[in-house]
Amino acid sequence: MRDIAIKADKLTKKFDDFVAVDAITFDVHQGEIFGFVGANGAGKTTAMRILCGLSKPTSGSATVAGFDVYKETERIKRNIGYMSQKFSLYDDLTVMENITFYAGIYGLSDKEIKARGESLLSQLGISHEAKTFVSSLPLGWKQKLAFSVAVIHEPKIVFLDEPTGGVDPVTRRQFWDLIYEAADRGITVFVTTHYMDEAEYCNRLTVMVDGRIDALDTPANLKKQFSVDSMDKVFYQLARAAKRSGD
Amino acid sequence: MAAITLDNIVKTYGEKDQKVLAVDQASFAVEEGEMFGLIGPDGAGKTTIFRILTTLLLPDSGTASVAGYDTAADYTQIRNCVGYMPGRFSLYQDLTVEENLKFFATIFNTTIEENYHLIKDIYVQIEPFKDRRAGKLSGGMKQKLALCCALIHKPTVLFLDEPTTGVDVVSRVEFWDMLKRLKAQGITILVSTPYMDEAVLCDRIALIQSGKILSVDTPANTVKKYPTKLYAAKASDMHQLLKDIRSYPGVASCFTFGESLHFTFRQDDAQNIAGLKATLDSGNYLDLVINEIQPNIEDYFIQISEPVHA
Repeated sequence: MRDIAIKADKLTKKFDDFVAVDAITFDVHQGEIFGFVGANGAGKTTAMRILCGLSKPTSGSATVAGFDVYKETERIKRNIGYMSQKFSLYDDLTVMENITFYAGIYGLSDKEIKARGESLLSQLGISHEAKTFVSSLPLGWKQKLAFSVAVIHEPKIVFLDEPTGGVDPVTRRQFWDLIYEAADRGITVFVTTHYMDEAEYCNRLTVMVDGRIDALDTPANLKKQFSVDSMDKVFYQLARAAKRSGD
Repeated sequence: MAAITLDNIVKTYGEKDQKVLAVDQASFAVEEGEMFGLIGPDGAGKTTIFRILTTLLLPDSGTASVAGYDTAADYTQIRNCVGYMPGRFSLYQDLTVEENLKFFATIFNTTIEENYHLIKDIYVQIEPFKDRRAGKLSGGMKQKLALCCALIHKPTVLFLDEPTTGVDVVSRVEFWDMLKRLKAQGITILVSTPYMDEAVLCDRIALIQSGKILSVDTPANTVKKYPTKLYAAKASDMHQLLKDIRSYPGVASCFTFGESLHFTFRQDDAQNIAGLKATLDSGNYLDLVINEIQPNIEDYFIQISEPVHA
């Protein structure tokens, strides 16, 4: 039995009368790539914010890296990495300045920052760009760099919120190579995406509808369960039944 | 007559020692009544082309026309006859749904009633919220309101810059259904998207990357241009399979593609496929399946945008 990285039990978040997250229950194993998909407004972001220690649930329980989402949010933050498409790196800092800044926040020592920063740059093949402002990097490089920075402290879990939106097809795939490598090193990956082909790359997948988890399984089993040949169709069947309208 | 033409458009941004080439000698034409897709990733130059065509930006060189008018000389005529939905939500957040629509109708000297037939299908879906401020709408509803506002003066050409980005699959399908109905009313539509699967919904598409137009054709003809045979492989351990196929000497490229891997050989010969199968069979794949498949738009985009792996 593998270790549990994230455990949620009837986790619920209400905003006044609105139930944004409705009693969701699931486990994520250490080293697993766990996909989180759902229509706009299904509750993905709210659930992710709770798991990152940024928002307190209304009821239910959850632990992330063994820490409680009510009481140990600071310890959660120290054991996770986070990256989103909308916010990742500072445009007006150089590549190395961004690395130094984030690694510092994640608590690495100056010596570690230097060593890991250099190895990260050489792995990505952009050592010559260390002093380049992030604003002038191509989007694909930015996203790969942002991911590498989010795991520079080798966290137990990394949360990725639509990390590949708008990225070209080749870079999108190279980005997933990085995700696989991180998972191979034992980092748990919790990822949301609108690309259904990417849903296929996850070990297991949840589909959220109106705040609930309406399906949770491997991509292959979900397709079997809904008797369809693509994740697109699985998602379409589930999300079409949603009562909530968007965002 | 073509509804939109671009002829050798070049646009650079920035000062002279730090110039960024945003659009690099782009040329294409969109016929009247056509639904034309501009397909490419962020930063490819799609928005710059939209801004040049909607007369918001002048190119460094080259010429462009919309509805027969020159984008530099006849900008007032163009502004009167085009609808533009920018990628970023650009309506007034503190006006209500109805106020926004009225505002756009008024500045084009028309009324909601006069062109209601154009927006009816879309507007009825947001009408229950007509007194809500636009800033308080959900993403899907904002998108519908923006489309109504872009249509209310009965444009002959409609420009939609990434209308479905960040939108979930169900809303994306609905949105493309709306576009089909608008096309049926004779409106020329230029639409951009980073989602390759949406390309097949257009009459013709231009693939764009790094400011360059890579291909202009119908979706069906675009994939016919794929130069080699394409194979798909599937097994339970996909990550291992990816590594194994990539390390086979005869393989030119191998990419993940949803539930399978797509790959090509340097040379299309029976020896290569037999050799690869033999190599993989000696691994421990229980459920390996390899087929030759028809390429799709994304396969073609990958093929032409990235030099074959060394």
